[in-house]
Amino acid sequence: MRFILRRLGFYLVAFWLSITLNFLLPRLMPGDPVSRMLSRSQGQLDPSQIDSLRRLLGVDDRPWWEQYPEYLWRVLSGDLGISISRFPTPVTEVIGSQLPWTLLLGFTSLVIAVIIGNLLGILAAWRRGSVLDSFVPPLLIFLGSFPYFWLAMGLLYVFGIGLGWAPLSHAFSVGLQPSFSGVFISDVAAHLIMPALSIVFVSIGGWMLAMRNTMIGTNSEDYILMAEAKGLRPSRIMFAYASRNAMLPAVTNIGMSIGFIVGGALLTEVVFAYPGVGYQLMAAVQGLDYPLMQGMFLTITGAVLLANFLIDIIYVRLDPRVRVS
Amino acid sequence: MASTKTEALATTPKRGSRGGARLFRNLGRNGKAIAGVAILVVFIAAAFLAPVFFPDDPSRILSGGATPPSLEHLLGTTAKGQDVLALTLWGARSSLLVGFLAGILATLVAILVGLAGAYFGGVLDDILSLATNVFLLIPGLPLLVILAAFMPPGLGTVVIVLVITGWAGGARILRSQGLSIRGKDYVAASIVAGERPLRIMLRDILPNMASIVMSTLLGCIIGSIGAQAGLEFLGLGDSNTISWGTNLFWATSDGSLMLGQWWIFVPSGLAIALVAFALALCNYAVDEITNPRLRKPRRAASANAPTLVTVGADDGKGTSA
Repeated sequence: MRFILRRLGFYLVAFWLSITLNFLLPRLMPGDPVSRMLSRSQGQLDPSQIDSLRRLLGVDDRPWWEQYPEYLWRVLSGDLGISISRFPTPVTEVIGSQLPWTLLLGFTSLVIAVIIGNLLGILAAWRRGSVLDSFVPPLLIFLGSFPYFWLAMGLLYVFGIGLGWAPLSHAFSVGLQPSFSGVFISDVAAHLIMPALSIVFVSIGGWMLAMRNTMIGTNSEDYILMAEAKGLRPSRIMFAYASRNAMLPAVTNIGMSIGFIVGGALLTEVVFAYPGVGYQLMAAVQGLDYPLMQGMFLTITGAVLLANFLIDIIYVRLDPRVRVS
Repeated sequence: MASTKTEALATTPKRGSRGGARLFRNLGRNGKAIAGVAILVVFIAAAFLAPVFFPDDPSRILSGGATPPSLEHLLGTTAKGQDVLALTLWGARSSLLVGFLAGILATLVAILVGLAGAYFGGVLDDILSLATNVFLLIPGLPLLVILAAFMPPGLGTVVIVLVITGWAGGARILRSQGLSIRGKDYVAASIVAGERPLRIMLRDILPNMASIVMSTLLGCIIGSIGAQAGLEFLGLGDSNTISWGTNLFWATSDGSLMLGQWWIFVPSGLAIALVAFALALCNYAVDEITNPRLRKPRRAASANAPTLVTVGADDGKGTSA
């Protein structure tokens, strides 16, 4: 329990620091990007909206100790300003409608990559020197070296444009109404395959090698020798004895890699025009949509911190040593 | 090798970076490392020779747009009619420069933060560790985006932003390794002898983590090259420079993917991947050299028995990639 509380405190501090960074960035940077943005969209905004954005982004003559509490309060009460590139939708609404797709894409690819990657790692460590152990890792390292978005472009080109096997863009076919019907769900799955695969391909090698390397260590433990001496079935030794004890670092790695997966998902969405948060990112960058970029940063950071907290709770269940100390 | 390593830790390492020298000697005998370095040399040579092969401005418009590879233009032309090979070679210059520069700077920050935390401990360590863990947890790409969006555009900004987002992973590893070396007797001896902290950190602690510094450096460079490409792909880089990331940005915004013009976006992406792969190979070579358990087993393991590893077996040749 103390462990959980300490972690919770840490995540709260991390989130507070991210909000503060968001507050400081527009105020400390040289030049005045915000005024440029505001003057560009002068025609659209009415005076009260301009005033609100000025306060949010720091074009404000008041001293910081008056601005900062107000800013904190606004962010914590869910007011992130108005999106410029999707005017006049509030930032929270833009993100709220798109975050589920990013989460779906990120979660699916993470789960697939973790399961397949770890299984491959277990098998490779179990049979050192086999084909799986000697030829697959270099291949996966090579795949892992591609930028996420470039592999996505390659997959889209080969399977989408060249072979016509997969849909080219969006999360579901035009004309379908979102519902819990079989047709809609299978359509969503068909649109999900390619973006998810491109993330899986890039990240799977890391999982495999990490698992393999930990498992090689576990394999030389005495209790493995003991299990063999007892005459247990090899599959039982492999999964219940060796890999089970090699799993813990993998659980910690999941927490660390969520940020990377989300980053990969954002770029992949751009390539596939997948309607997640990342899809809006390019438009936000080109339209100097600072409120939206900041909102994305905060929301995604919040989501990643929350996910890490959940993993910590799982970790306490898995590793009794944490509970004792 | 394993035994010599422990020796190096136990005796007082007074003569500069002996750990580093030994690491490099072993890398020279590792197949993965040789392959990695060879690929890197090719790309660095390409970056240096770009002005020789293509003395003119590579973004100059030459002919009708989007012609497939031919004898005249070996890799074809872009939608705007620029030579793709010229853009790729010139792109190597800024991509490698920014990647290596940001990687090296991020490693320096990581060394500074990691060693200072490990050596001084106490409140300073608490603060530095907190900062490290926060930066590790904050998702990199969104942070890159807001930093790059608010800072004035230019190569300098890209480098600074990459350093800010790239240092934390290395700092964490270097700190934990630094902590274990901090507890060694020869460090205590140096403190008693009245050496200055900076000297102890640089002469006593740092040379004994040469392999970790090396893999941190390689990791930082890989991360920087990838992150730079992602940033430029989103249109947040310096649009006046030619790099692999901006090439990909223009390829997408000209719609070459949808039009089936593969020769426009394949070369730059492949270049990024090959460089990252070469660096990753070197990194795994460092891993193999410092962790004897990961080396290839002497004999092929039987199908259903876990491999027993002879610790200390000197099989520096490793696997060929």
